[in-house]
Amino acid sequence: MAAHAEHVEHHGPPAPHYSSRITPGVLGMFLFIASEIMLFGSFFTAYFFVRVVNGTPWPTPPYHLPVYVAFVNTCILVTSSFTVHWSLQSIKRGNVWGLRAGLLLTFLMGLTFLITQAVEYSRIGFNTSDGAFATIFFCLTGLHGAHVFVGLSILLFMTIRAFRGHFSAEHHDGVEIGGIYWHFVDVMWIVVYLTVYIL
Amino acid sequence: MKNPLRSEPEAFRFLMAVIVGALVIAGAAYVNTWLGVAAAVIAVAGVVWWLREEPIPGASDATPRLVSTTPAGTHRVLVVAAPGTESVQVGNGATEVVVVVPALVSIVESLTGDVDNRREEAARTAAALAAALPNARGEVGADDPALAVDDALRVFGADEIVVAGDDDFVRRVRSRVAIPVTRA
Repeated sequence: MAAHAEHVEHHGPPAPHYSSRITPGVLGMFLFIASEIMLFGSFFTAYFFVRVVNGTPWPTPPYHLPVYVAFVNTCILVTSSFTVHWSLQSIKRGNVWGLRAGLLLTFLMGLTFLITQAVEYSRIGFNTSDGAFATIFFCLTGLHGAHVFVGLSILLFMTIRAFRGHFSAEHHDGVEIGGIYWHFVDVMWIVVYLTVYIL
Repeated sequence: MKNPLRSEPEAFRFLMAVIVGALVIAGAAYVNTWLGVAAAVIAVAGVVWWLREEPIPGASDATPRLVSTTPAGTHRVLVVAAPGTESVQVGNGATEVVVVVPALVSIVESLTGDVDNRREEAARTAAALAAALPNARGEVGADDPALAVDDALRVFGADEIVVAGDDDFVRRVRSRVAIPVTRA
């Protein structure tokens, strides 16, 4: 961070400068990660107490979790991370159609994930009031679903902007930021799927 | 520690690492519950180690040193003094002097925001030193001497910096600027 403090006739406030050891962007990302860790952490803590401390059977009989449907959904979500990565790599090389195709595929796969989860909820056979197991299941998967919904909203705007030609090889921050969020949503799903469905 | 979500490619790599870790944990847990727990501990430790060891882009680059210029015919002096400093001598040729006293706080005080007393102490020192110097005004600076100089030079171009403090205090200011630094 170079600075050159010339004392000349200056109009307006001094040049922007952050009196901190880290830049605002990095600080913002740290705060975001910290808030998400606390949010998901509180739900995982509840999960831990219900399942490990209280010893509640998981899933509590007679209920069953649709592990294989969720596995297919996991594959869809992970694949969507590959397509969003592809879209960013495309626009970095100036390939606008690669960007558009990548974002459109990502959006469609994210939408498929959310619709599949909604269908899973409607057919799962238990509700939020059916014991601690059911409550934690809906809380954790629902919290993640809310993140997917937010991610889809971001992806929708990214896709519209991509088709309107707002991104180029030099200017694609909107794709980069949205991609980071989408990968984060994927990471959280891997953790949720592993703990809720597999273990 | 490296931020795994600093850029999209880094977030993508982090996702891949998490998937591999999840597969290892699931495989181990399938064999034995405690083996799964052990795999989870090792996987989390491995990811933390990876994030700590991974070089942060640009982190090893030397911080650029600050330069500063002033109008012709003036000699502006920036005085940086530790809280509690009783007096500072500045050369007679100074046309304008700014005294900056960093509000030095401990880590606990910084984390808890318990900085009011330290800032008051710094303000008292700055006011007393400025009152004893001609054409001077006093200010409270950031909680780090180098950062306080950094802040001050952005709004007050100086020809010279006078530092009143211990060796470490002086060394940190010298490492940050490319203008003459003298010790009071």
